[in-house]
Amino acid sequence: MSEPLPTSSPPPPEARRRTLSLLARASADELRAAWDALPAKPEVKPVRGPETGLVMVRGRIGGGGGPFNLGEATVTRATVLLGSGTAGHAHALGTDKAKARLGAIFDALWQEEQTRPYVESRLLAPVAARIEAEDRKLAEETAATRVDFFTMVRGDD
Amino acid sequence: MNTNLQALSGGFAQPVLNAQAVFRLLMDGMSRPGTIQTTAVETGQPAPLGQAAAAVALTLCDADTPVWLQSSLAKSAVGEWIAFHTGAAMVQEKAEAKFAFLQASAGVCSFDLFASGTQEYPDRSATVVIEVSAFGEGRSFTLAGPGIRDQSKVSIAGLPAMFDEIWRNNRTLFPRGVDVILTAGASLLCLPRTTKIA
Amino acid sequence: MYVAVKGGETAIDAAHRLLADRRRGDRSLPSLTIEQIAEQLALAVDRVMAEASLYDRTLAALAIRQSRGDLIEAIFLLRAYRTTLPRLGTSAPVDTAQMKIERRISATYKDLPGGQVLGPTFDYTHRLLDPSLLADEGVDEPLRKEPLAGATTRVSDILAGEGLIEHDGMLPEDQPPGDLTREPMEFPMGRDLRLQALARGDEGFLLALGYSTQRGYGRNHPFVGEIRIGEVDVELDLPELGFAVSLGRIQVTECQMVNQFKGSAKAPPQFTRGYGLVFGQSERKAMSMSLVDRALRAEELGEDVTAPAQDEEFVISHADNVQATGFVEHLKLPHYVDFQAELALVRKMRADIGATAGESNGPVSEAAE
Repeated sequence: MSEPLPTSSPPPPEARRRTLSLLARASADELRAAWDALPAKPEVKPVRGPETGLVMVRGRIGGGGGPFNLGEATVTRATVLLGSGTAGHAHALGTDKAKARLGAIFDALWQEEQTRPYVESRLLAPVAARIEAEDRKLAEETAATRVDFFTMVRGDD
Repeated sequence: MNTNLQALSGGFAQPVLNAQAVFRLLMDGMSRPGTIQTTAVETGQPAPLGQAAAAVALTLCDADTPVWLQSSLAKSAVGEWIAFHTGAAMVQEKAEAKFAFLQASAGVCSFDLFASGTQEYPDRSATVVIEVSAFGEGRSFTLAGPGIRDQSKVSIAGLPAMFDEIWRNNRTLFPRGVDVILTAGASLLCLPRTTKIA
Repeated sequence: MYVAVKGGETAIDAAHRLLADRRRGDRSLPSLTIEQIAEQLALAVDRVMAEASLYDRTLAALAIRQSRGDLIEAIFLLRAYRTTLPRLGTSAPVDTAQMKIERRISATYKDLPGGQVLGPTFDYTHRLLDPSLLADEGVDEPLRKEPLAGATTRVSDILAGEGLIEHDGMLPEDQPPGDLTREPMEFPMGRDLRLQALARGDEGFLLALGYSTQRGYGRNHPFVGEIRIGEVDVELDLPELGFAVSLGRIQVTECQMVNQFKGSAKAPPQFTRGYGLVFGQSERKAMSMSLVDRALRAEELGEDVTAPAQDEEFVISHADNVQATGFVEHLKLPHYVDFQAELALVRKMRADIGATAGESNGPVSEAAE
């Protein structure tokens, strides 16, 4: 999940997808810390939001059949434009507007060759590592509750 | 990446207050058909969309209102701009659209293929926004119907002569039919389906 | 005649101020925090999210705090809040096969890929009150064990391998699923709309209906094929980017109820399924939902519709607890004029009966004057 990426431009969509997904999972504190430690702050112009709205979450009938509307989730999004002209987007579950704004800024910084290594090493890599550790912990705790059946004496056959 | 920066520009500076102000204009315009309403709200729309038409799109369109664009608008950044700022999807089929944006200078098509609602739900119909050259000059129209005391006169420049027949056909569907918003720059004028053009 | 009356504003203001006081309770005790509710009353939060049909743990916890723990009031608050937000889009359908499993059990197969994983369950507890929780005693860290490698196969996929179970319910590809928050309900409705209504339906109502099918009112021989609880990714297609991005994960509970089906002219005997999918950890709700989903398919499967749980209009019209509480609770609002009219009518009817029965009965005294 956290393999280093080549810093050639433009990045492939799959890499951007991964970046945006990690930014959506980053906590407001993680984003704030990476922003505070950023040596040269870019000029940031808000384009849309940050604003909170709803996304209708769909499921599938029977798990794999036709889609149906399960219910909504709160989502906060932002789009910003850096002084350099790069646009950044952020969409994340929840209502945290500061997080969405910082997420959009870091999406834009990640797209620029000079700042991508910083975003990768100071933000995306630690977030990916945290998620991996959390998933690992949950999987291990869950695995401890797995039932090991053993057969009782059955009587004569 | 493939994001068009033109599509990302503009939008309402204050989404709630600006949308409320434009909604008020539209409500007044629909309840007093033929009156000219002018918006002062900045929209930063890409050409060739007009300011009032852009304000209508930002105020009324959302993810639940598919939008159809006449080809002259569809080939510009207008579609992406509306999609980005409102979440509305652009559709090819007129029947699927809740809103349609046209330029009278590129010709006004028949309304037959737009959704005109059903007898039970006449509200499930399209609203057609047509950009004309100007209000207060050009051909004179005499309007009558709900919201108009006796008759009112309005001059509209740039609306083709065939519009009169299109509108008569629309009137025959009542209570079904489309509603029209004419726009000219920052101004707009509403023609709900109840309005007769004498 | 309708008589408008004014008044009561001072009383209402004072009542709300009193409510705020009672909500806070004894000031010498620390105030509950939103984080405490979200962490320690997590299943109440889950229920509020599921029935409000809005996934947001923080807001659900806030609603529970504001409603003094009245969960239907909390659901109402969250439903009201959601109406203030714009719809930004629709997610790709969540993929429960890729779930980060926290619990997964099957009552139909003992040994299955991925195993029986109990997770944090109340099952097999003795339901004895635990006095140690009266104090704030420490809690042991959970045990850990190496997870099994490989995916956790769905039970329905195992049965499907032999052709013994119906396929997942398909809809025509080009038909967008119905949305009851956007269009008025019409009966009969598709299974997509029914599942949306059931997913936000009242847990108690669905539990009672599911129970009624087990007791013979529309019996359909259910087995829990599988229950799984865990997190799934929510992905949204972004037109400005041209691809889908993950918005984060949500926790859901899924139940596959496997039911006997004797077959029909068109279909060989096979197992059919009821489906339940609910926000959060809500196993009872997901099971009830899948029982009721299966019962509501009676007509589709050529079964006799004889029981309340099989009656689509009855079930779907009464499953929503915000609607239900609104209509029931409105009865306490002033009906002075309506009741005056009824009073006058009853007096007149009694007077008419008195007149036909002769003068000997004398006048009837009325207590309600």
